[in-house]
Amino acid sequence: MSSEIKESIKVPVMAELAASGKQPEYLFWVGCAGAIDYRYMKVTRAFATLLNHLKVDYAVLGTEETCTGDPARRAGNEMLYQMQAMIVIETFKMYEVKKIITICPHCYNVFKHEYPDLGGHYEVIHYTELLADALRNGMLKVDKSKLAGKTATFHDPCYLGRMNNIYDAPRFVMETLGLTMAEMPRNRSFGLCCGGGGAQMFKDAEKGGKEVFIERTEEAMETGASIIGSSCPFCMTMLTDGIKYKDKEEELQNLDVAELVVMALQKGA
Amino acid sequence: MSQTIFTVLLVITIAIFAWSASRVIRILMLTRKAYPVKELGERFKLTIVNAIFQERIFRNRIAGIMHALVFWGFCVILLGSIEMVIDGVLGTERILAFMGPFYNFMMAAGDISAYVIAVFVVVFIIRRAWLNIGRLHGKELSAINHADAFFALTFIFILMITLAGLNIFYVAGHPDYVGSYPVSALIAPMFAEMSPKGITLLHDINWWVHIVLIFVFANVLPYSKHFHIFMSVPNVFFSRLSPLGKMYTMEEITKEVRMMMNPETAFAAADPGEQPPSRFGILDGEDITWKNYIDSLACTQCGRCSAVCPANMTGKELSPRKMMIDIRRRMREKGPHLLKEGKGYSDQKALIRDYITPEEIWACTTCNACARECPLNIDQPTFILDLRRYLVMEESAAPAQLNAIFANIENNGAPWQVSQQDRMKWAEG
Repeated sequence: MSSEIKESIKVPVMAELAASGKQPEYLFWVGCAGAIDYRYMKVTRAFATLLNHLKVDYAVLGTEETCTGDPARRAGNEMLYQMQAMIVIETFKMYEVKKIITICPHCYNVFKHEYPDLGGHYEVIHYTELLADALRNGMLKVDKSKLAGKTATFHDPCYLGRMNNIYDAPRFVMETLGLTMAEMPRNRSFGLCCGGGGAQMFKDAEKGGKEVFIERTEEAMETGASIIGSSCPFCMTMLTDGIKYKDKEEELQNLDVAELVVMALQKGA
Repeated sequence: MSQTIFTVLLVITIAIFAWSASRVIRILMLTRKAYPVKELGERFKLTIVNAIFQERIFRNRIAGIMHALVFWGFCVILLGSIEMVIDGVLGTERILAFMGPFYNFMMAAGDISAYVIAVFVVVFIIRRAWLNIGRLHGKELSAINHADAFFALTFIFILMITLAGLNIFYVAGHPDYVGSYPVSALIAPMFAEMSPKGITLLHDINWWVHIVLIFVFANVLPYSKHFHIFMSVPNVFFSRLSPLGKMYTMEEITKEVRMMMNPETAFAAADPGEQPPSRFGILDGEDITWKNYIDSLACTQCGRCSAVCPANMTGKELSPRKMMIDIRRRMREKGPHLLKEGKGYSDQKALIRDYITPEEIWACTTCNACARECPLNIDQPTFILDLRRYLVMEESAAPAQLNAIFANIENNGAPWQVSQQDRMKWAEG
């Protein structure tokens, strides 16, 4: 069973639409990891496929996209953060962006809570909310038999859950796909970090007894689930590393919520 | 006679407390601004939910229920303590009894609470001394911190026993007593054989020990972690109301960046009223905000923050609780000098390195579990990130790997070294 999409995907780009005088309703903000990280590019492909499937009126910035500045800010570099933020806000102004869909919860958080201080006010939608809505209103139809019988656990990304109170949308999506949910003891607002936030993703951990991602992977393993659902590029990297470290790649898979939806998608529906 | 002694003791107590409080307030006036305290309605609501109803404390069920009952117990007992002060000054007995049914209710609740709290305090002492509860034994806790905890628990225990004692002997000595004391009234008949003089004496001993201990305790608190009792409710009221995930924007940086991005304004004359740029981020005591300071005063070192900290639980040096202990220790050390000699005072030490190592600062994942857990809404992540801001923007002392992501973001707009031109490759087959 694979969620992988092999063929090219037709993705509308802002600059091209603008050239023909069109303005999409949504900007799909891909994010650096979504555009660059080899593993997470697959998630971006899965989600773009779903956007096309749902006929959402969207476009991406493509090569005009740059870092939101969030990792620099969390690493203490406020100067670099603000420079990046102002560049992004200028780009958004140029295309009159009003609604943004993000995958990365870190991008979501910075757009929603931090850009307003610099004059950037947008409606920000996390893709798990969009998918949950599409499933709820019947726009998105899934074949429950595809994932039936599988047990999954959901790992709450800190910047999605604790910081933005989005706990139900990803769980609703996973349940609707027919997965049996097994919660980890530390879930929702008690959720344990994967160890990748606050720019930790880009540096070695400080010395200690254990890596945070191993602690979290062990907790996921104890649920007996065969799938860890996640919805953040950093969590994806950390937990995938954890599964490799524990040598559990046969029994346990780390998949993004968008990938799970693609797996259960009812073709032609 | 006893009225005079009592009044003198009361005046001394108030005078010492006022001196301690004024020092805290003067240090508070030195701190940097954090955020404007607006939205009072929201703040009252938060105080009711978080402080009065103890919402967050229940995230830890058993300890939470015990804490809440102790807190509510203290609240109802407070009326009796106020009454004791008035009685002491005026030489009256149970002067608030005119309140009728409300008085009866409060006295009954206070009487039951005295016994409940005494039992819980014994449980707290046993938990702390003999049960292996991780968060009560962080390595950041010194012998003094532990002694402080046992001291306060012992004090509270004696306060509750003497409260029970004065209720028992009051009931035993007054067949026509006012108020209601459900538990003490059960115990009082055991002293029916005792002489009225003996009963009065025992009542008075309990009464005096109780009130004098309150006076002493009130003046120890500003120097103990149990300053919590005074500072916790205000700390909740003055909570940061912005979302957990929002870092505050440094306006002085915004000014610089706008100038850089708009060259026309770069050479404009500086505003004559402009302050010289202060230090970016936090290096030492003089850089902290009023919120950092009251956080450190309200913290009672319960360790819920460090227990949920991913870095701490995996053996890293970072402990959010230690951050609060360090702020307070440093302010106790440097604060009086800052008051006397001004902000330029230096003792060749700083919070960073002498108290908090860069290793601790760089271990934080900004997951905000600590801030979410703190029953008092202490904001540890904002403090930690301000320490990072100092290290990066004043000393360029980020770990090498983070300097690399800064360079990548500047050069190619991503933390990874990949050309911006490759940002659509994901869509290709």
